[in-house]
Amino acid sequence: MSAQRLEGRGIIDPTSKLCFRFDGQSYTGFSGDTVASALLASGVRIFARSFKYHRPRGVWGSWNDDPNAIVDIRVDEVTFPNCQATTTQLIDGMDVRSINAWPNASFDVKAMLDLGSRFLPAGFYYKMFMWPDWHLFEPMIRKMAGMGTLSDEVVEGYDAVILHESCELLIIGGGAAGLAAARTAAEGGRSVLIVEDHADFGGRILARADLIDGQNPVDWVNDQISAIRAAGGRALSRTTAIGIYDHRAISLIEDRGVGVAPVVRKVRPDSVILASGAIDRPVTFTNNDRPGVMSLEGAADFLARYGVLVGERIAVLSNRPDKQLMAQLFRDAGAHVQEFDATRETAEIKGRRGVKALQIGSEIYPCDTVLASGGLTPAIHLWRHAGGKLDWDEPRQAFLPGKGPDWLQAIGAANGTYDLETAIDEAKSVALGMRVHRRASYTLPPLWPDLSAKGRQWLDFQHDVTVKDIALAKQENMVSVEHLKRYTTLGMAGDQGKISNMPALATMAKLQGKPIPEVGTTTFRPPFVPVPLETYSGAHKGTRMGPLKRLALEPDHRKLDAAMGEYGGWLRPAWYGGSDEKTAVLRECCIARNAAAIMDGSALGTIEVVGPDARDLVNFVYYNTMSNLQPGRIRYGFMLTESGLVFDDGVMACVNDNRFIISCSSSHADSVMAHLENWRQDKFDPSRVFIHDTTQNWSTVTVAGPKARDIVAALNVLDELTNFAHMSLKMGSFNGRPARVARVSFTGDTSYEISVRNDYVKELWAAALEMGKPFGAGPVGAEALTVLRAEKGYILVGKDTDGETMPHDLGFTVPRLKKKAAFAGDRSLHNQNANRTDRKQLVGLQVDPGACMLPVGAHIVDARNGRKVSLGYVTSSHESPTLERPIALALVSSGADLMGQNVSVWHMGESSTAHVTLPCAFDQEGERLDA
Amino acid sequence: MQSFPCPFCGPRDEREFHFAGEADKIRPDTTQTISDAEWADYLFNLKNSRGPTREIWVHTPCQEYFVMERDTATMDVIGAHSLRKDIA
Ligand SMILES: [Zn+2]
Repeated sequence: MSAQRLEGRGIIDPTSKLCFRFDGQSYTGFSGDTVASALLASGVRIFARSFKYHRPRGVWGSWNDDPNAIVDIRVDEVTFPNCQATTTQLIDGMDVRSINAWPNASFDVKAMLDLGSRFLPAGFYYKMFMWPDWHLFEPMIRKMAGMGTLSDEVVEGYDAVILHESCELLIIGGGAAGLAAARTAAEGGRSVLIVEDHADFGGRILARADLIDGQNPVDWVNDQISAIRAAGGRALSRTTAIGIYDHRAISLIEDRGVGVAPVVRKVRPDSVILASGAIDRPVTFTNNDRPGVMSLEGAADFLARYGVLVGERIAVLSNRPDKQLMAQLFRDAGAHVQEFDATRETAEIKGRRGVKALQIGSEIYPCDTVLASGGLTPAIHLWRHAGGKLDWDEPRQAFLPGKGPDWLQAIGAANGTYDLETAIDEAKSVALGMRVHRRASYTLPPLWPDLSAKGRQWLDFQHDVTVKDIALAKQENMVSVEHLKRYTTLGMAGDQGKISNMPALATMAKLQGKPIPEVGTTTFRPPFVPVPLETYSGAHKGTRMGPLKRLALEPDHRKLDAAMGEYGGWLRPAWYGGSDEKTAVLRECCIARNAAAIMDGSALGTIEVVGPDARDLVNFVYYNTMSNLQPGRIRYGFMLTESGLVFDDGVMACVNDNRFIISCSSSHADSVMAHLENWRQDKFDPSRVFIHDTTQNWSTVTVAGPKARDIVAALNVLDELTNFAHMSLKMGSFNGRPARVARVSFTGDTSYEISVRNDYVKELWAAALEMGKPFGAGPVGAEALTVLRAEKGYILVGKDTDGETMPHDLGFTVPRLKKKAAFAGDRSLHNQNANRTDRKQLVGLQVDPGACMLPVGAHIVDARNGRKVSLGYVTSSHESPTLERPIALALVSSGADLMGQNVSVWHMGESSTAHVTLPCAFDQEGERLDA
Repeated sequence: MQSFPCPFCGPRDEREFHFAGEADKIRPDTTQTISDAEWADYLFNLKNSRGPTREIWVHTPCQEYFVMERDTATMDVIGAHSLRKDIA
């Protein structure tokens, strides 16, 4: 006794046969089928097991309202979990598996959970697994309670296409009302886009037997589409509006089938007509979750779209005024149908694995299918996304669109206008810009859950929430709908309560003795239907989200067999000459200390500040005094946030009184630009000072080491190198073209930074390598540079500083005490927190001879009253080839006071000892800087 | 996704903008004595009002800071204008 396919019915293509598997068995369907319609037509009744009790679940609805038929689908060797069988287009070769069921949906070993269900009321997990620690129980519960199984495989090219569309009028829903509105508006000259989530337009009229404008429904629908397109309108099927966001932004998702990422269309229309129809409401009665209990509208839809008659002996259980007309559809299709008034007496399903009979009062009606409908619930989800209010309509027993934004109107069943002719009339008026509500009179006898009924009555079929669970929630004072939802998890399943929310609200209203509108509804949030996460990211991932910045010299580095790595957004040479990092870094450190390092310094941020007020601006944004920096001189400094925290560090050169060049950390160039621009426009006259990021226009070749002066002399970029002290700047030339030469050092050795325009940096790089070769100099990458910096105690902001570090924590105390002019962050350096004596300060750490390197992140600890207290942590740690021992930097509370003392270091349960030193471990007198 | 009007570039998507602060907040003159409370008020205390507000935003592509008036309850944008006096 089950469903069957009727020949000649439906709008599937009977000539195109598709093969697929479900729980290991082979089945066939047709092109145009959904997974659910094909399975139903093949006689399958149990599709899945419920989440908590593992109760067998059949199909309830025919579309996105169905909470039950959730399946995992494997296509092209990748599993897509938790697909809605009712909305998933059938594809040849699909492998479909039921969820929550082992070994399959018909026979499930975990179904014994259901027998123990009195032990699993709402809130059970919350209460039971609190002690001693939820985490002890979590793995077991997750294993038992999980839904579909995630796939380890990655689908190549699964990127949603994100398009930006425009239209004057968007119509959501391609049923009769939506089509009539779209045609009227398009023929009236408006730019119209109508979207329909099914593969075919037509909505509920496809299931109706009566003629519309003298045509059968399918012909009428085709006529409307042709007319819309002829008038220049657009019609998109398989496209769901998942949300209306701020300022009329709407996301439309085009389903392209399992295994293919959707197309996302973002649109901000002038106005929107909501013609999203209505959702069939379940009837709440004992064992109403049994396979074979289905939505009346859903069954009519299965018949009309897929030619599937869902049963042979059918009981129609409803309070709807049109239930006779609906019943006739199935009678005409050959089923034996009997109607029952659901408001009369209590109902109960007989049969465990499927419907065997419907008992109404004392009368037992043997049947294989029960088609239930508790009335229609207008689909007002998007109305609520847009901020529209809801009004309770007593005759319809439903929330209807009330006051809403002036650009949004609801029509048809979404507006409670269930009558076809009235709906079309309403649609046409609204499309012409009239604000009319033509709801015909309609009376639905109230039908809400019977609290006294025996046995379990299901509200949320996917999450197994029953009427008794609502009663328990109320008893425990979870009376607000938002608390109720979170306590019972009602409406939190994949269907988001499309069918369960109304009966649950009514139950709570009854329990509290309040009218339904006083209980209220939960918040409707996008997305209206589940969508893959790729819908949101599109192709915006990896380097398409954060594009790598490329060096002009990248090909030249690659020629030297550089290992390229990402440093603060830049792709830079990490080291040269092969894959062995350790050997390469050791070799490069030795080159730098013994001869000279030739480095690509182009990634360093280069920002020019120009104009008559440039000096005032730099003096304000730097912690250090810049007002007296002479032309041709360079000074190191910090930029602070207004909270006095170190924001960036670097050197700044004064070219002349109207021009300064700021060097900032390579990863911070963008944020330093934004920081400077903020102050420029906020505090200064923006027409008297300009800021220009020239990072990408210049390349820098740095030569640093004891032989640097000889190499730079050979490069002939300056006429003479004497009288050119550390921290100064000169303008020179290279092969007749401008070159800027700066004496600044990142390694602690004599160093020259030669900056030229990108278009001739290759020549400069080649020349530097060639001139350097006789002196033993060579290319040095970013990894060795990090070690060289650390040897000198030169910090990296963000690594050796944290979100509390102020400049005096790094030993730079003078401006805090002496600088007279105002500067960013100044006042914050004198508050109670800044004055604390136990602030974390930068120190060096030295381990005993032969001891291992300290791990970054290891804590410096102090034992007080038998408890270990963290005083700070290691920020940088390296093996120094120069010193032939490990070196480390750390931020330690009152670090300066601990100088020369031993401290205890703790990491992952192991303790060691270290000696607190100055941050600088190499050449503390700085003799090599100007050697 | 909100749509904000840059006074220089016209209506653009929200993601092109950064919030910079509430408008009409004046930095105290730090060369004078300022109490901790005054400084903390400048640094941390926001009106965060429900309803119409005046805020400073920056449109990141053109980097221009401007005043935007909007309603934090309805999300309506009331208007936007340049901070510069010489531009209408
Ligand atoms: Zn702009």
